[in-house]
Amino acid sequence: MSLISTLIGTLLFALIAPAVGCLLAGLDRIVSARMQGRVGPPLLQPYYDVRKLFEKERASVNSVERVYVATALLFALLAGGIFFSGGNLLLCVFVITLSSLFFIMAAYSTRSPYAEVGAARETLQVMAYEPMVLLLAVGFYLAAGTFDVGDVLALDAPVITTIWLVFLGLLFILTIKLRKSPFDLSMSHHAHQEIVRGMTTEMSGPTLGLVEIMHWCENVLFLGWIGMFFVWGNPLSIILAVAVVLAVYFLEIWIDNNFARVKWQLMLKSAWAVALAAGGVNIAFLAFL
Amino acid sequence: MAFASKSPWVIHYDGSSCNGCDIEVLATLCPGFDGERFGVVNTGNPKHADIFLVTGSVNEQNIGVVREIYDQMVEPKVVVACGICACSGGIFHDCYNVIGGVDKAIPVDVYAPGCAVRPEQLIDAIVAGVAKLDEKSAALAAARKGA
Amino acid sequence: MELSFGLLGFLIVFPLIVAALLLVVRQEAPRRIIVIAAAIVIAVASIALVLGNLGASTTLFALQSEAIDFVCTGISVAIAAVIIGFAVRYKNLWAGLLAAVQIVGTLVLEFVFAHEIEVPYGLYFDSLSLLMTFIIGVVGSGICVYALGYMEDFQAHEPEGAADRRPLFFALMFVFLSAMYVIVFSNNMEWMFTGWEVTTVCSFLLIGYTRTDEAIANAFRQIIMNLAGGIGFLAALYSCALTVGTFSFFEFLAIGVNSPAVVTLAVTALAFAGITKAAQMPFQTWLLGAMVAPTPTSALLHSSTMVKAGVFMLVKLAPVLSVAPAPAIMVMLVGGVTFALCSFMAISQSNAKRVLAYSTIANLGLITMCAGVGSPEAVWAACFLILFHAIAKSLLFLCVGTAEHHIGSRDIEDMDLLFDRMPRLARFMMLGIMAMFIAPFGMLMAKWATLVSFVDARQVALILILAFGSAATFMFWAKWLGKLAGIAGSPENVEGTVKPTEWAALLLMACLLVLACVFLPVISAAVVEPYIFTTYGALGQDISGDNLWLASLCTVVVVAVLFAGVNGRQKSRRVNVYLAGISRDNDSRSFQNALSGTAEASVRNWYMEAIFGESRIAPVGVVFNSLIMVVAFVVAFVVTPIVF
Repeated sequence: MSLISTLIGTLLFALIAPAVGCLLAGLDRIVSARMQGRVGPPLLQPYYDVRKLFEKERASVNSVERVYVATALLFALLAGGIFFSGGNLLLCVFVITLSSLFFIMAAYSTRSPYAEVGAARETLQVMAYEPMVLLLAVGFYLAAGTFDVGDVLALDAPVITTIWLVFLGLLFILTIKLRKSPFDLSMSHHAHQEIVRGMTTEMSGPTLGLVEIMHWCENVLFLGWIGMFFVWGNPLSIILAVAVVLAVYFLEIWIDNNFARVKWQLMLKSAWAVALAAGGVNIAFLAFL
Repeated sequence: MAFASKSPWVIHYDGSSCNGCDIEVLATLCPGFDGERFGVVNTGNPKHADIFLVTGSVNEQNIGVVREIYDQMVEPKVVVACGICACSGGIFHDCYNVIGGVDKAIPVDVYAPGCAVRPEQLIDAIVAGVAKLDEKSAALAAARKGA
Repeated sequence: MELSFGLLGFLIVFPLIVAALLLVVRQEAPRRIIVIAAAIVIAVASIALVLGNLGASTTLFALQSEAIDFVCTGISVAIAAVIIGFAVRYKNLWAGLLAAVQIVGTLVLEFVFAHEIEVPYGLYFDSLSLLMTFIIGVVGSGICVYALGYMEDFQAHEPEGAADRRPLFFALMFVFLSAMYVIVFSNNMEWMFTGWEVTTVCSFLLIGYTRTDEAIANAFRQIIMNLAGGIGFLAALYSCALTVGTFSFFEFLAIGVNSPAVVTLAVTALAFAGITKAAQMPFQTWLLGAMVAPTPTSALLHSSTMVKAGVFMLVKLAPVLSVAPAPAIMVMLVGGVTFALCSFMAISQSNAKRVLAYSTIANLGLITMCAGVGSPEAVWAACFLILFHAIAKSLLFLCVGTAEHHIGSRDIEDMDLLFDRMPRLARFMMLGIMAMFIAPFGMLMAKWATLVSFVDARQVALILILAFGSAATFMFWAKWLGKLAGIAGSPENVEGTVKPTEWAALLLMACLLVLACVFLPVISAAVVEPYIFTTYGALGQDISGDNLWLASLCTVVVVAVLFAGVNGRQKSRRVNVYLAGISRDNDSRSFQNALSGTAEASVRNWYMEAIFGESRIAPVGVVFNSLIMVVAFVVAFVVTPIVF
């Protein structure tokens, strides 16, 4: 039963998430432009970009890069499906990590020096945020008594009331996961602080289009994690969750526009320190009290 | 329906410019002119770019680089020669090491003369380039259908 | 039942006969036939035993014989004598001393205490033994077959006129298998001890195979540490004789669960023996040193034998550990610290075998942690970790061994372009690597169960260790995987000379791996859950079947991508990589530099020596774990009432 609902959820996610993610990306670009005193592109600009990419000629440095990217997209969709169909949070975390791995392999497979630098940095980013993500799942389990995301709808109070420290930790690494400056080490949307184009250096045309779509879907999923903290038995809580998600997204855009990229040492050390402090303390409290 | 015209991503290469035109190219993307209103993004990677903005003339040292960047751009693609040096060699035309305008190296679609070229003129050139981009995109689609 | 008993005896005795035969046979052709035939027979017998007893609870076999007792004692003494012989020859004081202690200890035990203690049921098996039988019988004999081709190449790489010691090598491999069967089937702990010591001395001889100075030094390091562990085992036997008065492992565990205080010292000593054998910090150096041996030895030590004997012991002790706090805390912390620190140190290594060794030690640490927690879920996870680690690690070692012979290096940086140069091998290696650290493969599903069991046991420190250690695991595997994934043009394919026996073994491991991952829910129901049920009388809450099947589905997708998806001909236009200038040659990534000369771009992986270097991290673990063990023994001495 849950296998089928997961697969249906994945299909729905594959239809809805790109649309939502695309609008969010458009919003991001407009808000960023306003913060810089510009008018900015139309809301649908990300959609135009991707449509254009699919119109371009198919050219690549090898035959496997696209296969890896497509696999990464597939697993990102599955992770989203698992999450939004109320499935197991830990499985969702594992599948999205699998998706990152395939993306990393796509970048490595091109054997471009610039893409390899990006891929190595992406690997480092995964290592930096992974402890906090696992602790997020553990904290959720301790707070909600289950790993199943769907069960938050039966709670008397949202999990934020017990794991707000974990929430703060998640906010910190969310900047890495959303590929926002100062932690956009592996691939940035800002050309001015990137070594060529990081991981996507060799990806062109439709392949790059798939990467963009994957990025949209991932953003929706990660913001879903944020929303999960604010949902409980009351149906109106969904509205609260959406409001919080938008606020958090705005915060991320603000951070993106106000901080320059940091060195990897600072990213790794700060992300681990935050995971240890926020996740560790919160979980210890829940476990022992 | 061509989307190429709605999202012209550019790459900028400084051939042997005096930097005057380069500053104008970047100014085009700055808040005052905000090229992103039309979807213009500076990519810094030929594999992502649709429009190639070259400033300065072509000489023995850089002709290979100009050709390589052009070759690595994915079809459909458009070249805009920015500034008079890029168009014809400008005041450096008769220098011993200058070959001439960008069209000595690669096919140029739009010429935007000026010393230095103004952002308004650059936007005009990009808009003209975008029309070419749409034509090429349609041709590519037709070729793909035919093949 | 008769048949099972027969199979048990056969599995213990048959490899010994094969070993004796192999010692005599000096030609390549007959050796090949004997090894392949014996491997098939052992694998078939093991599978028959497993399939015939699916879902079995503990089954004891009445077998008691003074003669076997004496033979076992004799073997233990002979082993110690052999070690003393080597110690004298190579002037190693510690090895000689420890071996002498062991001779005296064994003889005193046998003639002063043991002859009064009777163990009516000498042999047994339960579902955990069956799992181990499968690993030893199928993975272990697969490695023996692989060794045929490998050792031929190995001998060819040796200098002219080097002594051909292959008969001894193959004989030792089979003795090893037999000793492992003794360990997993013996209910009489004295017999188990003999098997334990035989594995120690076999690995001593295998590590020292090449007789180079380095090999001998590492072999002695191994023997000293494992003799210390053996003396721990011996101490446990003394403690058993004095406090509980039985050498029956089954009874010992039953008594332990009911009154843990009585067996605390024995359990601590046995856990210590398990920890040394499983190469947990501070004893990690022996396993790192073991890689000087020919690769099949490493594969055997790391995957199906030796270290698995250590964790087998710990997992068997798990029910007692769940009620005996002193040894449990020791086991948990030693395992946890080892897992985290060895995962960190693996990041700083570029030698493929060393990365594998650190990963083995880290994963054994994970299993050790699970055993220390001792809850049904934790033991479920530990069983799967043992299974998947055995298969994936042997696959990886075999791949690295073959790659080393064909590209002339075991450095990960030199494996650049392996995807082109050895396409099939690279895919097997990628499969093995992915199976080690990423969902949906079994290893990670087991890690998931581990995490859940730690949360349920409220082990906050272990949760944190697991979270950070897993992150490091991602780093060192992913960068290796990336190196393999690189593709450029079409360099020469050097795969043609790989021996058919090597391919057979590689294919076997890869198939086993995929099947085990896809059918994880079935294995759980047929083998692992019966063990949990007979041991604890209840099943822990584990991952729901739906999630496991979802993971199986993902496994199929990943395998399909790896073996079919990336083989297609390129349909799109092929372009060169971007090198920010004028490219000269795409395959070698060379470009025209500022002086119009040719420069080559090269990329190396990150090793982050300053953060994850061995010299920074290893001392922390060694000191911390040593202290923990000392404290645990002191507590155990205080807690255990001595009965005279």
